[in-house]
Amino acid sequence: MRTPSTLAEKVWERHVVHRADGEPDLLYVDLHLVHEVTSPQAFEALRLAGRSVRRPDLTVATMDHNVPTVAGPVDPVSRTQMEALERNCTQAGITLFPTGDLGQGIVHVIGPQMGLTQPGLMIVCGDSHTSTHGAFGALAIGIGTSEVEHVLATQTLPQRTPKTMAVTVEGELPVGVSAKDVILGIIARIGTDGGVGHVVEYRGSAIRSLSMEGRMTVCNMSIEAGARAGMVAPDETTFAYLEGRPNAPSGSQWDEAIEDWRSLPTDEGATFDKEVSVEAADLRPHVSWGTNPGQTVTIDDLVPEPADEAAERALAYMDLRPGTAIRDIRPDTIFIGSCTNSRIEDLREAARVLDGRRVREGLRAMVVPGSMLVKRQAEREGLDTVFAAAGFEWRDAGCSMCLGMNPDQLSPGERCASTSNRNFEGRQGKGGRTHLVSPAVAAATAVLGHFATPEDLDG
Amino acid sequence: MRPFTEHTGRALPLDRSDVDTDQIVPARFLRRIERSGFGPLLFAEWRKDPGFVLNRPEFAGATILLAGPNFGSGSSREHAVWALEDAGFRSVIAPSFADIFRNNCCKIGVLPVELAQESVRALMDAVLDDPTTEITVDLQAMRVSAPAVHEAFEIDPYTRWRLLEGLDDIDLTLRNADAIDAYERTRPARLPSVTRA
Repeated sequence: MRTPSTLAEKVWERHVVHRADGEPDLLYVDLHLVHEVTSPQAFEALRLAGRSVRRPDLTVATMDHNVPTVAGPVDPVSRTQMEALERNCTQAGITLFPTGDLGQGIVHVIGPQMGLTQPGLMIVCGDSHTSTHGAFGALAIGIGTSEVEHVLATQTLPQRTPKTMAVTVEGELPVGVSAKDVILGIIARIGTDGGVGHVVEYRGSAIRSLSMEGRMTVCNMSIEAGARAGMVAPDETTFAYLEGRPNAPSGSQWDEAIEDWRSLPTDEGATFDKEVSVEAADLRPHVSWGTNPGQTVTIDDLVPEPADEAAERALAYMDLRPGTAIRDIRPDTIFIGSCTNSRIEDLREAARVLDGRRVREGLRAMVVPGSMLVKRQAEREGLDTVFAAAGFEWRDAGCSMCLGMNPDQLSPGERCASTSNRNFEGRQGKGGRTHLVSPAVAAATAVLGHFATPEDLDG
Repeated sequence: MRPFTEHTGRALPLDRSDVDTDQIVPARFLRRIERSGFGPLLFAEWRKDPGFVLNRPEFAGATILLAGPNFGSGSSREHAVWALEDAGFRSVIAPSFADIFRNNCCKIGVLPVELAQESVRALMDAVLDDPTTEITVDLQAMRVSAPAVHEAFEIDPYTRWRLLEGLDDIDLTLRNADAIDAYERTRPARLPSVTRA
């Protein structure tokens, strides 16, 4: 009988091209996603070595990190980088979705949207949030530029075998607790290095109850726990999301695919190197108070007493005093966007809260859809009108204020309620202060001017 | 890749944990298309503080970085390692590293050395006490030596061999070109691919 294996092990095994004692496994890459920031040096190195792109048909590129999200001129430095990507893709025959194209968007939003992200695939991208694609039961790994070059040249990647970790969330999520709160709650428990060296599989009834968008939010932030990847086993929710998408299999190939995908979930009796359990009932909306995603509490909590020097530094940077109620903290800016929370469901959630309400006076608020198709879909549903009426700016797609590579930045000292993934010092702009929250909390906070949940609006 | 066999140099004590790659090189500097020139951008925000270790003259010329646990967390940007390399660092010694950062280091020959927290502490104390203290990182022998500290470290044998020889990963992989061809022939036709008109 076959040894029971985990989802991660099964996907890994089917991609082994070469295995030898004492060497990392050489894995085949089914899909390589490319963007303008981590690729130019890889293409240049390829050229210098006289090598070419092995599988342009398994490579897809977009512009997301530094693109402006409003019409107008692009600064020359960003322009150079965008033009370099355009040139590199043309030369190599790689499909590119540049700015101005309806297919353009954040790389981790467009892959799933196009139906390219599928169960059982090995996916890589020169971006740490590649873990997002694991929501489909793909093994999706963030890589550096040398590895981007390696994949361009060989369509493979040597990888050390990871350890496996199960994070199980059982039970029904309380009202108002979103996928973002699930992952923030997990990171608050296991820490920013709790997943180092591991591929995490998110399991349990609370995870299964999430939509694909929700699962993507959870898997997206696996890297914030240090994990090499995050995965959710494919199920009917996955299949329903994929069916009919442009690059999903169709006809008899669809049936063949479904049969294959059903064989992927972790076998009964398979074991993980590490297991963590979280009760869904214990979760609440979360707000980060510090300068890494592990420095997070629930919205009902107080800013904690610093436990170490790092926490003291974080409090000083964030200009917060221990004992302050999270609900008493007043942001200056609200950002709804990023590869964590910029999908149609995120925008619907925020719009539901904002419908018929106004952003508190003096607050800056913006929504940056994850892709131009998400933007168009939202406009069809009238969400843009809701956001605009509430006082939110309605932008074009891109990474935007998540990492402040384009002009969407915080000013020094500015405090932001952000649906993004990292609250590192200066992440959203020099001296900016980031609090990570869900779209619903971001929207309610925009209305009340202090951290709040939608329930607080009715009080 | 530049080989790494043994290196002796002075060290910079960066006594902070969870140093993320956004601190090593902030995102706004990633818009360059060149691989060189990132050294002056290393710890761009922190170095605005004149008291920051990197600005202290007694640590000028350090080639080994000592840091706290979970060094290099966050973004996959290899620019972080390019900045360290360009600023003259040949090795980073810390109690633990983030996976992608560690990988990136090993791809370009900046050696990440994992030592127990107490050992890193002892090295930091030695360097703070006497900034001229020299540390030797010996990859051949897998040892870190300083006047008061002698510690063995572990590294997977394959990575060690690659670093010692300065071997290019792509060349190594292409030795298995036949295996890649053979694998490709077995891929089901239903798997996605994109060719744009």
